[in-house]
Amino acid sequence: MSQFPDPVAAQVQVMHKKSALELHNVSIYYTDNKAVKDVSFNIRRNKITAIIGPSGCGKSTLLRSLNRMNDFVEGCRVEGDLIFANENLYGKDVDPVEVRRRIGMVFQKPNPFPKSIYNNIAWGPLINGYKDSTDELVEKSLKQAALWEEVKDRLHESALNLSGGQQQRLCIARALAMEPEVLLMDEPCSALDPISTAHIEDLMFELKEKYTIVIVTHNMQQAARISDYTAFMEMGDLIEFNVTKRIFTRPAIKRTEEYVTGRFG
Amino acid sequence: MSFSSEQESLNLAKRHRKAKFFAMFCAAITWSGVLLLALLLIQVSIQGFGWLDWQFIDSFPSRFPERAGIKSALVGTVWLIALVALISIPVGVSTALYLEEFAGRGRIAKIIEVNIANLAGVPSIVYGILGLAIFVRYMALGRSLVSGALTMSLLILPVIIIASREAIKTVPQSIRYAAYSLGATKWQTTWAHVLPASFPGIMTGVILALSRAIGETAPLIMIGALTFVAFLPEGPMDSFAALPIQIYDWISRPQEEFHELAAAGIIILLAVLLIMNATAIYIRNKTERRLK
Repeated sequence: MSQFPDPVAAQVQVMHKKSALELHNVSIYYTDNKAVKDVSFNIRRNKITAIIGPSGCGKSTLLRSLNRMNDFVEGCRVEGDLIFANENLYGKDVDPVEVRRRIGMVFQKPNPFPKSIYNNIAWGPLINGYKDSTDELVEKSLKQAALWEEVKDRLHESALNLSGGQQQRLCIARALAMEPEVLLMDEPCSALDPISTAHIEDLMFELKEKYTIVIVTHNMQQAARISDYTAFMEMGDLIEFNVTKRIFTRPAIKRTEEYVTGRFG
Repeated sequence: MSFSSEQESLNLAKRHRKAKFFAMFCAAITWSGVLLLALLLIQVSIQGFGWLDWQFIDSFPSRFPERAGIKSALVGTVWLIALVALISIPVGVSTALYLEEFAGRGRIAKIIEVNIANLAGVPSIVYGILGLAIFVRYMALGRSLVSGALTMSLLILPVIIIASREAIKTVPQSIRYAAYSLGATKWQTTWAHVLPASFPGIMTGVILALSRAIGETAPLIMIGALTFVAFLPEGPMDSFAALPIQIYDWISRPQEEFHELAAAGIIILLAVLLIMNATAIYIRNKTERRLK
């Protein structure tokens, strides 16, 4: 359920499907360099899908293509079909602004706006035509991100006074305030200490009740701990995609096994 | 390869000496500049301070030094700077935003960029000639405040644009991405995040540019600002005098008293400048604090 004016019909149809996002032969180019090669897999609704692989394997590139953040990279081109709500994300009459409204993103480094905690969260809904009181929405979002108790007395202080882990949870709350259908997370814990990381991992377990999560991570233990499905990529190829347990215990492909057991990467 | 320890320590001592020498050299250069400025200020103060009183500020120019004042020039300058700010800030900041956020890296953007950089180096008298030809004559605005303000705006636009662009460039890309990822359009992102975050930097550029405009004389002489004005401008279409012109006029007279009047005028000009800068810095600090 979304509070925003939405093409409801398309959504209801999708509700019955298990996949939130389908990737069919997706290739991504930076000018002439093919960074992602013919990747196909489905992202399941209300599950956490992890994308793992060594640096430069194209996992972040692939993630950014899922809400068209790649549009801002000069020379970046996407081929193949990315199906979301029965539509191709890169279709001619798809508005990327609308896509990003419905598919939220949390970035590698916490990037709160240099504004108050309150305004960090309320701004997104407000510019997208949210009419009700934002007080409730701010509270709800902060609670969902397990940050409410820590900041409820200083909502109007600058977000930049928060610690790194708190800032990242604020960014998650900010994304959740938009009630996205899918939440993309690009190595959300790589800039955080172990305690903050544990906080955010706990949070993700709770969030998958309501949201579909795709997370890119460098940290294999993290992928094994939190995800339901795992995609392993190398040099732009999708090597293996399966249930996480399978990937980490009995992978079908030798290369995957070598990577998850830490023999390279 | 290995260093003998003796050689290494010798080397190190030499390097430390070099660093010390360079630091001293830089300090000397800095202080010589400050000293020169201080000397100038002291000399001007000695010459002009005796003439500074309310009568000087509140009187029109006169043939008699003891009755002469700076009223019309001061009011003219305030008018001029207000109009210049009104014209140049919106145009300059919009241009900078366009070039940084919207134009992309195309050929036309590059051509505009190079031209702006070149325009920043054009002598002010050339702008004066341009202003005379276009605003005073062709557009028939006459020797009015508007002509002067438009000419001055042309003169300082490159400075405002370049400074604003630099300020906009310092806004981290991650802030823009954060906004886009919430379904913001480019305009919403620019207006709500890029512009406020770069505001302090833009203000600094604007202050510098307006400070330059307030002291410029050549373009005003060119477009025909008056030197002997016994009335105050009442609207932007009136003719006017300005502080630097008044000072210039007094200095070019033979009598010693007028030279001292010029010094007093310089003090007033500096005071106006300082007030302006202080206000701008105050605004800047206030917004900066709000951002943090």
